[in-house]
Amino acid sequence: MTKTSDIGELQAIAKRVRRHIVTMIAAAKSGHPGGSLSAVETLVTLYFDVMRHDPANPTWAERDRFILSKGHAAPVLYGVFAEAGYTPADSLNTLRSIGSIYQGHPDKRFIPALEASTGSLGVGLSLGLGMAEAARLDKSPTRVYVLLGDGEIQEGQIWEAAMYGAFHKVDNIVAIVDYNKIQLDGFVKDIMELEPLADKWRASGWNVIEADGHDFAALQKAFADAAAFKGKPSVLIAHTIKGKGVSFMENNPKFHGVAPTKDELEKALQEIGA
Amino acid sequence: MSVKDKFELKLGAATREAFGKALVELGKADQNVVVCDADLSKSTFTHLFAKEFPERFFSCGIAEANMVSIGAGLASSGKVAFVASFSAFVLNKGFEQLRVNVAYPQVPLKVVGTHSGISIGEDGPSQMSVEDLSLASSLAGFTVISPADEVATFALVKEAAYFDGPVFIRAGRIKVPLVYGPDQKFEIGKAITLLEGKDMTFISTGLMVAECIRAAAILEEEGISAGVIDIHTIKPIDREAIANAAGSTGCIVVAEEHFTDCGLGVKVAQVVCETNPCVMEFHGMGNYYAESGTPEEVLVKYKMTGADVAVTARKALARKK
Repeated sequence: MTKTSDIGELQAIAKRVRRHIVTMIAAAKSGHPGGSLSAVETLVTLYFDVMRHDPANPTWAERDRFILSKGHAAPVLYGVFAEAGYTPADSLNTLRSIGSIYQGHPDKRFIPALEASTGSLGVGLSLGLGMAEAARLDKSPTRVYVLLGDGEIQEGQIWEAAMYGAFHKVDNIVAIVDYNKIQLDGFVKDIMELEPLADKWRASGWNVIEADGHDFAALQKAFADAAAFKGKPSVLIAHTIKGKGVSFMENNPKFHGVAPTKDELEKALQEIGA
Repeated sequence: MSVKDKFELKLGAATREAFGKALVELGKADQNVVVCDADLSKSTFTHLFAKEFPERFFSCGIAEANMVSIGAGLASSGKVAFVASFSAFVLNKGFEQLRVNVAYPQVPLKVVGTHSGISIGEDGPSQMSVEDLSLASSLAGFTVISPADEVATFALVKEAAYFDGPVFIRAGRIKVPLVYGPDQKFEIGKAITLLEGKDMTFISTGLMVAECIRAAAILEEEGISAGVIDIHTIKPIDREAIANAAGSTGCIVVAEEHFTDCGLGVKVAQVVCETNPCVMEFHGMGNYYAESGTPEEVLVKYKMTGADVAVTARKALARKK
């Protein structure tokens, strides 16, 4: 795996990851395309530019950690893992099949390089805080990144974790809210409104950064700003589009958790491009 | 030698205090040992560790779910991590986190629940954990420990610390009788036969072990030879010890400070059914909640004394004949 800050190269990787996502979900005939597609640029920026990690040495003690707390977006993580060389690309289409390493939600038992088994919402930020605390005790440069869904932060434990992170000044963690504004049952504003979201995190004592979650330059700057900020944990509110990159999935609650048909896959791949 | 001569049952420390002292000893020997608590450190005795090693003590506030997940994060980063609270809180409020962050990925976190059972007394049912052994046992891959006295607790906490897998340890609020001498050795998963019996065997855990010894002393005066086995490890359970007792005495009474329909008793019954079926009776809490009172009053009212256990034993023996 070669790391890069070049936006053209990151865009090319993102395109391949998007193709992986729609293809594997279509093959599985179930899965969560919308919230996978919305997080592509975030994960690509982290794994190919920002994070210190080594697919050849996944247990490297001082590596940075990434937790996909919104575990249903497993396809984006699997696509990135395959591109980074952690796992084979040629079996991505076994997603959700019996015996596959590509389980319905990320499962450490099948992919040891995962930092966490996730899928039940609301627990990942606390887990990340524990890892961040361990790193501070060890005086390790490890930084921890936790990707949260917007609907996910309706879970109360997120706000227990928010209090903890601020009180204990855990400044080696970054929470990222994939703010695509749609959850399973519909639009977030209609299910359980989160606004004023930035104010809530600010009031909880976090350093709040907002960025366009599909703009690589903005994401690079956001993560650099988070790393430079000391004394508080940082949260990046990544404004994203659910289903980004496939017109008929964009902003469409239907594609939170429904697989594309064969025809829809073809159309999706055409739109994403080679 | 009579049962009364063999066991003095002198009052020892509370098992929660022994836990706190064991943590300090662990912390002195290994700087990788870390402890999380949820605003009950003075009650759980983790304050002893906090005082000695403040940089390795993580105060989580009244947020048990967050505490369990943070503990899991610490443990999955190579720390020898303990989380502690009242048993009723860490298991009930942290159950989901214990399941998905600890059991499912097999993170070797050590979870300690104090103030278990009804012997917490005055605080009443909201704080009384009478289902903790069941909840902890239902977590796949968990080892579940329920020590009888301070000696057992001190030794088993130290053993659990480096046990390769997640562990739950049940501790109590009140001072309990000493069942063991200071040199007793403990091995996780290996039951201890405190008394050999000819007519029947008590199988017990936690503070009820001492009550079973008292029951055995009462029965001895009636010419009945009762054995006592301490199941300090509820899971994995010592099948051999149970099968042998069932086979040799043909009569088992299980006594526990826990719901009888989902605790030690049903686990023992499973082993007995699969090995040497025999007469069994189950002594403990029915499926109801107790009430406030001094620990002694509560234990008496809800029939957790040696004399009560002896009554159940006579019932079992009558069925055996």
